[in-house]
Amino acid sequence: MPRLLPYLLLLPATAFLCVFFLYPFVLVAMESVTREGSYSLDNFQRMVSHWKFGTAMRNTLLLAAVVVPVQLALSLAMASVVTKLSTGRSTLLYIFAIPLGISDLAAGLIWLAIFEQTGFLNSALYGLGVIEQPVLFLSYQNPMVIFAAIALAEIWRATAIMMVILVAGMGLIPKEYGEAAEVFGATAWQRFRKVTLPMLKPSLQTALILRVILAFEVFAVVIALGGTNFPVLMEETFQWQFTLQDRGVAAAYAMVILGISVAFTILILRLLHVPKGARV
Amino acid sequence: MAEIRIKNVAKQFGAFTALHSVDMTIRDREFMVLLGASGCGKTTLLRIIAGLETPSQGEVWIGDRRVDKLPPRERGIAMVFQNYAVFPHLTVFENIAFGLRMAKLPQSEVDRRVKRTAELMHIEQLLKRYSGQLSGGQRQRVAVARALAMEPDVILMDEPLSNLDALLRLEMRAELKGVLAESKTTTIYVTHDQVEAMSLADRISVMNGGYIVQSADPVEVYRNPAARFVGSFIGNPPMNFLPATRAGTNQWTVAGRVVPGPNAPRDRIEFAIRPEDMRLGEDGIPATVRVVEPLGAHTLVTTDVDGSMLRALVDSDLSVAPGDHLSLVPQPDRVRWFDPETMEAVR
Amino acid sequence: MTTATDTVSVTRDEVRSASKWLFVAGVVMLCIWVLLPIYFLMINALSSPEEVTSFPKRMFPSFDLASVTFFFKFQGVLRALWNSVQVASLTMILAIGLGAPAGYALSRFDFRGKEAFRFLVIMTRAFPLPLLALPLAIMFIRTGLDDTILGLALVHATLALPFAVLITFSLFSGIPVELEEAAWTLGCTRIQAFYKVILPLALPGIAASAVFAFVISWNEVFAAAVLTIQNRTLTAFLLQSLDVSPLPLKFAGGAMLVLPALIFIFAVRKYLFAMWGIANR
Ligand SMILES: Nc1ncnc2c1ncn2[C@@H]1O[C@H](COP(=O)(O)OP(=O)(O)OP(=O)(O)O)[C@@H](O)[C@H]1O
Ligand SMILES: [Mg+2]
Repeated sequence: MPRLLPYLLLLPATAFLCVFFLYPFVLVAMESVTREGSYSLDNFQRMVSHWKFGTAMRNTLLLAAVVVPVQLALSLAMASVVTKLSTGRSTLLYIFAIPLGISDLAAGLIWLAIFEQTGFLNSALYGLGVIEQPVLFLSYQNPMVIFAAIALAEIWRATAIMMVILVAGMGLIPKEYGEAAEVFGATAWQRFRKVTLPMLKPSLQTALILRVILAFEVFAVVIALGGTNFPVLMEETFQWQFTLQDRGVAAAYAMVILGISVAFTILILRLLHVPKGARV
Repeated sequence: MAEIRIKNVAKQFGAFTALHSVDMTIRDREFMVLLGASGCGKTTLLRIIAGLETPSQGEVWIGDRRVDKLPPRERGIAMVFQNYAVFPHLTVFENIAFGLRMAKLPQSEVDRRVKRTAELMHIEQLLKRYSGQLSGGQRQRVAVARALAMEPDVILMDEPLSNLDALLRLEMRAELKGVLAESKTTTIYVTHDQVEAMSLADRISVMNGGYIVQSADPVEVYRNPAARFVGSFIGNPPMNFLPATRAGTNQWTVAGRVVPGPNAPRDRIEFAIRPEDMRLGEDGIPATVRVVEPLGAHTLVTTDVDGSMLRALVDSDLSVAPGDHLSLVPQPDRVRWFDPETMEAVR
Repeated sequence: MTTATDTVSVTRDEVRSASKWLFVAGVVMLCIWVLLPIYFLMINALSSPEEVTSFPKRMFPSFDLASVTFFFKFQGVLRALWNSVQVASLTMILAIGLGAPAGYALSRFDFRGKEAFRFLVIMTRAFPLPLLALPLAIMFIRTGLDDTILGLALVHATLALPFAVLITFSLFSGIPVELEEAAWTLGCTRIQAFYKVILPLALPGIAASAVFAFVISWNEVFAAAVLTIQNRTLTAFLLQSLDVSPLPLKFAGGAMLVLPALIFIFAVRKYLFAMWGIANR
């Protein structure tokens, strides 16, 4: 009985994940290579040949390429600040962590309040005398502004996740290492580069994987700020499923998102490989 | 009647053998101390007796019941953990009462027992506190009180004093001894502190590498180590060992001198003597002084005897300096002999 | 000689205080960066609809509740809100009910297959989970779970379960095994020891992870939009009406989404780290 107990305890969660996680993924994989009851790559062909596919792919990757590095830098800065602080540490951590609980839709709406025609950006610019009348920032004529607004909203929203992971990671690094480096005459920046960053690798790995995957799932922020003017992969998946009622192509999109997610996970694991025994 | 018998108990963790076929008997009301270096399997043996670990083989008997298949709660034991394991969400009172409530004792009996054990351990004034508001020594008392309140047949203690500072340890040691002698339980007490072991035990079981090397009363363990390990582990500084070669029947050459010894079936054995069992005199072991360490009452002299180290405790009045030559005479009735192959004592 | 050291130390101090000011300025900037956008949303939510669409904006709310009232009176909003609460509560129950036992097993036992299970849990984080909604939509139609509270809660539970497992794992790992063992030697069965010792100690953390599961569901947009048609949750409702609804509605809705988040992060702030299974192994 005691030997079976752990399995008994794990059974519900395992069964649940099998039914609602593994099995659906098998289903969606099958669906993506099935057209009218037979195996074919027709879905993928349809997906690729649609004019929006290239744009959606490019937008998604571009967004990730801009957002993730900025978030990395910002979260490192936040985590360093939080780690350094002795008084007010938990307050600051709470403030920095707030966006963690905010949905992407809400984040989109928050930044809509700033960027819309009668929004706060226009008001501020007007107040400063830069513009005479409100500008329509989020129109299809200003794709760069839409892109910037979405990127800002994403950076604002999802840096907190990385920050929390990095703060935890920094907490695991014994202070003595930094102090030892200081004794040897390393400057603050050198200590950060040569001691903190290398020892933070495992946390960086976790943070980046989580973040990059979320970046490929970007959806509601885009709709809230760009409507259909800024197609991304997740949005296209949604459109094919609903507006175009073509589940096969939607499944193909899902496989593409899954594919790049897995590819990037492996890439990050490789790039930030930490040899066993070299961990804190 | 709570005699504990351990028959042929062994424990493997994967490929690692933590206990090799242990046999031992702890008599009713005996205070048995398990003594050994870190990692020798003391905790493992204790946990097997408690039922927190299942033995890979063998039997455990408490009284006339075989208990090795029973859960801990049915064994009639109480345990004091190394880190005390005082429940942080309960007051001291509720901690001590915990087991009594599980046993569904009436409230009046619970009150009576908590009060009595709290008095015994001098923690009556702490009953309303939580463990976070206690010092290490107080927590330790609560842990012991919680065990005593159960009025168990057997109390198992795993290094209960190891987290205390030296002074508090000394104090608690004396208290524990008094309290447990009164409580009439059978006690197994784990420690790697030999002074603690000597001062508390009715009997000491010395463990090494998963074996029980010797079980005997403290003086016997000190005076007549059954194995070389016991001599080298117990005593501070430990026993000295010098090589001895056969010089004839019952005659052995040690450091150039022929001394009488046992009739061992070997040509080379080991001569052993404790540092305090040598005096300065004529015709002793010729030793060159290397280090002199005054300890107060005595002075510890570390010497060199033909390349072997020999330590002696001499009177602190004696003035010695490194480089001096001494002649150390072993007290004949304190000399012991060991077989270097089996590591066991030769009589 | 003395003067030389003095000058050096003075310049050191100057550098020190300058870098200190820089540090403080940085902290303030970062706080503004995080808080200002939320403040803007709150201004809009707490202004009248006319003020929301007027230009230029004022930098302080007028505390006019007309937008909020408008939002609550808008057709479908209350129902969506209620749906959200139901789905999130159900998600919470499912995630903790399934996740806590698993977290406990991982923290207390060594057994074959433990690594495999951990891998399964970690793996869920490497997949874009909302996509699950696509195949499940079909599965649910077959089983009659389509467009139901339970159906959506099941998907959200898949999102929340890995977190529940990781959080409870780290919670239970933080409770010394000896406490449980002590309870056993004092006469408890395994189950009694759990209820009397482990549960009271783990409860605040379990509550925090329950809140976390609630918010995961509360915030989820994609699956909710895919899986519900009549029984929209608040996020799905807002998403679907984005291009038709007036600005005040959007902002009041946005504020409605943000409010629980603020409370939530505050409630679970002690457990933020446990949340991501931060044992960087
Ligand atoms: N659960 C376990 N899995 C694997 N090895 C274990 C386990 N428990 C104990 N061991 C090993 O068994 C040996 C004996 O351990 P035990 O805890 O009994 O030592 P000990 O004598 O109590 O030491 P200490 O004085 O340090 O407490 C050690 O080498 C230890 O590493
Ligand atoms: Mg031990």
